[in-house]
Amino acid sequence: MEFFERFAVPHPSPAIYASMVAIGLTVIAIFAGLTYFKKWGFLWREWLTTVDHKRIGIMYLISAILMLFRGGADAIMMRAQLAAPENKLLDAQHYNEIFSTHGVVMILFMAMPFIIGLMNFVIPLQIGARDVAFPRLNALSFWLFFAGAMLFNISFVVGGSPDAGWTSYFPLAGNDFSQSVGTNYYMIAIQIAGLGTLMTGINFLATILKMRAPGMTLMKMPMFTWSAFIANIIIVFAFPVLTVALAMGTLDRLFGANFFTSNNGGMDMLWANLFWVWGHPEVYILILPAFGIYSEVISTFARRNLYGYKSMVGSMVIISVLSFVVWVHHFFTMGQGAFVNSIFSITTMAIAVPTGVKIFNWLFTLHKGKIVITTPMLYSLLFIPLFTIGGVTGVMLGMSAADYQYHNTMFLVAHFHMVIIPGVVFAMLAGLTYYWPKMFGFMLNERIGKWSAWTIGISTLVAFMPMFFSGLDGQARRMYTYSEASGFAIWNMISFIGAAGLAVGFALIVYNIYYSFRYASRDIGSDPWDARTLEWSTHTPVPEYNFAKIPQIDSVEPFWDQKKHGKKLFEGELEKIHMPNNSGIPFIMGILFFLWGFSFIFAMWIPVIIFTLAIFGCMAYQSFEKDHGRYIPLEEVEETENKLGGNR
Amino acid sequence: MMKELFPRKQVIGFIFSLVLTAVALLVYFMDMSFAVGMTILLVTAFIQAGLQLILFMHAGESEDKTTIYTSIYYGMAIAIITVLGTLLTLVWTYQFQ
Ligand code: HEM
Ligand SMILES: [Cu+2]
Repeated sequence: MEFFERFAVPHPSPAIYASMVAIGLTVIAIFAGLTYFKKWGFLWREWLTTVDHKRIGIMYLISAILMLFRGGADAIMMRAQLAAPENKLLDAQHYNEIFSTHGVVMILFMAMPFIIGLMNFVIPLQIGARDVAFPRLNALSFWLFFAGAMLFNISFVVGGSPDAGWTSYFPLAGNDFSQSVGTNYYMIAIQIAGLGTLMTGINFLATILKMRAPGMTLMKMPMFTWSAFIANIIIVFAFPVLTVALAMGTLDRLFGANFFTSNNGGMDMLWANLFWVWGHPEVYILILPAFGIYSEVISTFARRNLYGYKSMVGSMVIISVLSFVVWVHHFFTMGQGAFVNSIFSITTMAIAVPTGVKIFNWLFTLHKGKIVITTPMLYSLLFIPLFTIGGVTGVMLGMSAADYQYHNTMFLVAHFHMVIIPGVVFAMLAGLTYYWPKMFGFMLNERIGKWSAWTIGISTLVAFMPMFFSGLDGQARRMYTYSEASGFAIWNMISFIGAAGLAVGFALIVYNIYYSFRYASRDIGSDPWDARTLEWSTHTPVPEYNFAKIPQIDSVEPFWDQKKHGKKLFEGELEKIHMPNNSGIPFIMGILFFLWGFSFIFAMWIPVIIFTLAIFGCMAYQSFEKDHGRYIPLEEVEETENKLGGNR
Repeated sequence: MMKELFPRKQVIGFIFSLVLTAVALLVYFMDMSFAVGMTILLVTAFIQAGLQLILFMHAGESEDKTTIYTSIYYGMAIAIITVLGTLLTLVWTYQFQ
């Protein structure tokens, strides 16, 4: 019995017990359902062992949407608690846990898989490749991410959630002030998911550099591919810092090291420093692919080519360097003084310039275009003004002297939500709606789609604009309540209404998926939006091998040239096609990493050693396994092509 | 004939990297100031890394030469900026205030 005591939640409440029961019942229902409908084999063959970038992309997207709802539930609880002064819905400890998990879940387990999911689905199609450079590694990336995400998510029912903020600053996150296993969950779960992300970064760099269709030079790549390319460069150089920081934090918490303690030669500020050396590049990892999506959507629905291709690329290359030299702006108030702060203030101002260049490029694209307002376009049009509010307040925060006033108030919270929601979330919703027909063979309903876009757009303003005002009035972030006399009540009530509106907007999206699944036409062809880039030139549903013949590229918009100017994209004869085999190893390694991480969190060393050996066993097996992939015979290729409406 | 088969460059490189390791070990075995020790470690580490990349990992020998060197320089630039920036914010600024 004593053994099991460590798994108890240190600060329980009826809601947590109810969640335990709900989680238990859901797991039982899923297992029972799979067994009853005899779907285990299907699940294993088609999804768990797949190495197909399209399916991996879809699994990332499903996980991201699930996590959006987990993080959204956290958000609604926080806004409800703050809606009225001296509210008793949540106590301080629960509030701490909820804002900590909300931040981690939204950034690392919602936004990251969302962009990685879209990258997975779109990039090989967009560059005319049959898969990514290392398909099995790609599957491993996904399963490591998934293992990390699930591990993090069980924390609130097993052992207790992290409660030191998504930034997990030491010394608060050290053993003295965070005694539960919560922060261990933070260190280990993010570590596992982060390894997956690092592998994704390497994989996509190799894919984009080596697998482009003949004729597609770097300067003929579609803008989304460019943005993902830059984002992956940043991943490869920023994530190792997080890996090291988390490892040092783990050593502090579990092995009595003193990297971040305030005595024995430790330095707590080093954590904040390392965290933001990763953290600021991370926000650009999120925003660049989002910009890429907007570029695709805006040029498709402005019915013209993107204005200023070269300056778009140039500004992203500049961002890839500048994003590494601004991190200190996250802790101007830590005491390093006016000289250091001024340096980082200037670099911070500088990074707003290339960001602004991109905004103007989109505006010029729109200016000469024949605009068609579809749901993805509506998100993109809403993005421009809303994101500008976030960007301008970012520049305000970047002035170090002024930041002493704004730092850690609701003003800051409003800033980053006004960049991340219009910037990243709208882009992901636009991308999801835009690529939905390519993924699933039917379109999402436009009417419901536009309703949700407007609801989400307006609610974002209602939810986050008040925070600028209450922040300037002095409302601090991460406080679980405030007094009547402070006068913050009205702002927070408005904010709560906005948050509820956002929930309605997301519910509308879910309804739209259900509605369109039932009623939408399946007869939509392979290019329902009249788009311009390569991913729309192949069949819908996309065959396993993407392109039966590898396309020949000689412009930025090869597919458009084919449609409008009769250029030949696909030449030559059909041939047999070489494809990689499925593998169960990545999935098994995901499970092993989950168990390894769980044992590590609770300092159960014997299982840790066993699972470590098992993980190395899997890697050794991989190294010695002889798997040369397989050929899809010519007859099968011909048959598929004919069934999908003639070979191209 | 024999001359072409004998991997002269590699063997010399191997001996050189052993020498570098030995020099780095001196820091442990000999009594020297922190500054001198650190300098020796940094210099030998960078030469060693270069040797490994260029000679044994064939960084410059394929058509991807430019990509490989660009990413090495980019990585070095980022690492140096990060380290110097960190020292500046966490250490030097307090020494010169
Ligand atoms: C126009 C460019 C931008 C500038 C000048 C800027 C500036 C800043 C500054 C100075 C802070 C720190 C303020 C403080 O702690 O007092 C900050 C915080 C933050 N920014 Fe930005 N920002 C910009 C764009 C973005 C973008 C595009 C994103 C995300 C996609 C983003 C996400 C964040 C986040 C998440 C935080 C707060 C993290 C925390 O403390 O929890 N920012 N920004
Ligand atoms: Cu930043």
